[in-house]
Amino acid sequence: MLPLGVLGGGDQLEVIHGDAYYQSYICRIPRSTIELGVSGRLDFVDGMLFPSICDVIRNLSGMWKMMFPHVYVRYFDVPQNYRDDIGGNYYVSELAELRDHLAELRGAPITDAELNASIALYNENRRLVRELYALRAEAPWQAPAPEVYLIIRAGMVLPVEEHSAMLRDYIAAAKAEDRPRRDNCRIVLTGAFCEQPPLNLIKSLELSGCYVVDDDLLLVTRWLTADVPTDGDPLRSLALAFLHQSESTAAKYEPNLAEKGQHLVRAVKRSGAEGVIFAAPSFCDPALLDRPMLQHVLKDAGIPFIAFKYAENSGQMQPIREQAGTFADSIKLWSGAA
Amino acid sequence: MTTKIVTPKGAPAKAVVKDASMLKQKDMMAAHYDRLTSAPETGEKVASTFVPGNLNELIMCFDLVNNLPEVNAIQNGLRRTSGSFVLEAEKIGHSEDVCTYVKSDIGMMSKGNLAPNGKKFPDPDVLLLSYTGCFTFMKWFELLREQYKCETIMLHTPYMGDGKITPNMIQYMVKQLKEEVIPKLERVSGVKFDIDRLRQYLKQSVKAENDLVWVLQSAKNKPSPIDAYFGGIYYIGPIFGAFRGTEDAVDYYKFLREEVAERVAAGLGPVTPDGDMGKEKYRLVVEGPPNYTSFRQFWKMFYDEGAVVVASSYTKVGGVYDLGFRHDPDNPLETLAEYCLGVYTNRSLPMRIKMLADYIDEYEADGLLINSIKSCNSFSAGQLLMMREIEKKTGKPAAFVESDLVDPRYFSAANIKNRLESYFQMIEQKRASARAA
Repeated sequence: MLPLGVLGGGDQLEVIHGDAYYQSYICRIPRSTIELGVSGRLDFVDGMLFPSICDVIRNLSGMWKMMFPHVYVRYFDVPQNYRDDIGGNYYVSELAELRDHLAELRGAPITDAELNASIALYNENRRLVRELYALRAEAPWQAPAPEVYLIIRAGMVLPVEEHSAMLRDYIAAAKAEDRPRRDNCRIVLTGAFCEQPPLNLIKSLELSGCYVVDDDLLLVTRWLTADVPTDGDPLRSLALAFLHQSESTAAKYEPNLAEKGQHLVRAVKRSGAEGVIFAAPSFCDPALLDRPMLQHVLKDAGIPFIAFKYAENSGQMQPIREQAGTFADSIKLWSGAA
Repeated sequence: MTTKIVTPKGAPAKAVVKDASMLKQKDMMAAHYDRLTSAPETGEKVASTFVPGNLNELIMCFDLVNNLPEVNAIQNGLRRTSGSFVLEAEKIGHSEDVCTYVKSDIGMMSKGNLAPNGKKFPDPDVLLLSYTGCFTFMKWFELLREQYKCETIMLHTPYMGDGKITPNMIQYMVKQLKEEVIPKLERVSGVKFDIDRLRQYLKQSVKAENDLVWVLQSAKNKPSPIDAYFGGIYYIGPIFGAFRGTEDAVDYYKFLREEVAERVAAGLGPVTPDGDMGKEKYRLVVEGPPNYTSFRQFWKMFYDEGAVVVASSYTKVGGVYDLGFRHDPDNPLETLAEYCLGVYTNRSLPMRIKMLADYIDEYEADGLLINSIKSCNSFSAGQLLMMREIEKKTGKPAAFVESDLVDPRYFSAANIKNRLESYFQMIEQKRASARAA
């Protein structure tokens, strides 16, 4: 079974049918995803899993059930309670049900041994992604953000083993090549965990003077922050990894007020960033509702930030370039001035 | 019995007609706001919580007073103060794209945090984040927690994506109630949990729920004695708010049922703000919340045309009782879980479609109207597909209008009126075609 990561239709897809399913005030990712479906581009897909990320994607799962009745569809709810014996047990049961459904889909049971072998492959993949992110944080001119994005994005459509090999090759090549270093500032990009910005936007940030040294793009590849054990009950191991070793993001409840937004402060420190750019898709409830709280935390920590919105098909980059360029200048000119 | 109330300065000058149950409801709400704003003097502790997933019976077991931010936002919408609150929230950094209930609440906090009685809301002692069917609620209480820095208790309700409640969902919720929610409420309130007290409140809930369902289903009569959307909002107030489980709610719904029974016996239609509605010409099912900043104007567009809403989904956001659910005092925690899981916006899209299509059949409606709310993705995402599917299933025409909950910038009276008039013409044409066939 090949996992395929669907992240909308991007900026190259003309949405013709998808707009007829959504009001103007709803983000673009569901309408371009519908476009992929109704235009037959996903006809080879046997099942669609919808993560519990927001109400729009949640409702899209029901729409998919109605529109593509021959496809296996499941909305996958994750716990917002992080106790092993409460949220953990719930998650294990949900995973067990999903495993049964997927087994039915492929026509054979899925064994613990198979799951543990798969976890090992993904552990390796996540280690390589972390290594790539560490390399970029250390020397962003050697691994520019648009390249890193594309190499990670390739993992959405490749078998994990092939993607890991690609990552290894890229890391080696990026280290080997001597690339010019620009006088850019270093920023963390946040808010882009669902609908992806066009590649041009990421390029524009670097061209305007901002090295992206950490981000939440394609967060699924870094969702689990440490290796998952491969020698126990795999469902329990995955559940515990989600509860205790997964990234903070707007779709997850943060039970501890003091911890709210600290993941961003840590990302800034870890990557040696000088500021944060909030880039959220238009009409993205989780990112936009979270943003003021995160900004308060950054303000308290003395970390500068700017914010703008985008859509996956945003075409006009000039305003973003100007805003990011001004931000970069202000950091270069005024950081440490106080 | 109906009473004329002269509206205050600044509002439309014409007297508003309300029936006795509406006045009783208004008194109950006013008394609750007085109790709430007197909490600093009386020493009562306050729990802020939400309408969908409202655990009022449980809250009462800890002698806590319930404060519902959505209801406060609605009050501000009806009083036309929400617009300035929304602007205030946007001024301090909240996006123009997000829920206007949240922004009205945040804006109200920064502008004095005054209740409808003019007194200051007390700070909550606890935020009971028992939300269901809407991610925004989670963010909303994270925002309030940042402000109030008080205990925040999360009760996570899984979504009914596959159209069913599973034992795993119930176990997960009951365990949260037993091991997280109840111990924390005991700690905040200083009151020991008594499950028999909860059972007693649940028994009261059932009585009120039975009468509410009777009232909602009275709309199957022709003419319908109630408007199940605009009028329905008055009817759901006590049971969705701070009164479910109380003797007051039992009395109110008994009183309401008797009032509606009298209207049925007399062959009367609903009471509107302009008095008794004339001849019932169109029977509609409505999906989506109303607009509150122009509530009366919106309603008038219906009753002026002889259109009555016979069933609505919005009157199910605080509990779907007409499909059979009742709180079960014999299984008090399980029933609270089942209640939360079953509210309208926690139901999958296919379930929502079936429910609305069934309403059209059962209430012999002429069609479906969707009022799509700009800032409510939980309701709005998918409504265009719902409209098509329901038309396909029922063969009845559907129409789509757009507005917002409490942001006056998104209520365009002329556009909505035009669309409604066209819709009524469409219904007439359908009728004419059916007669000709």
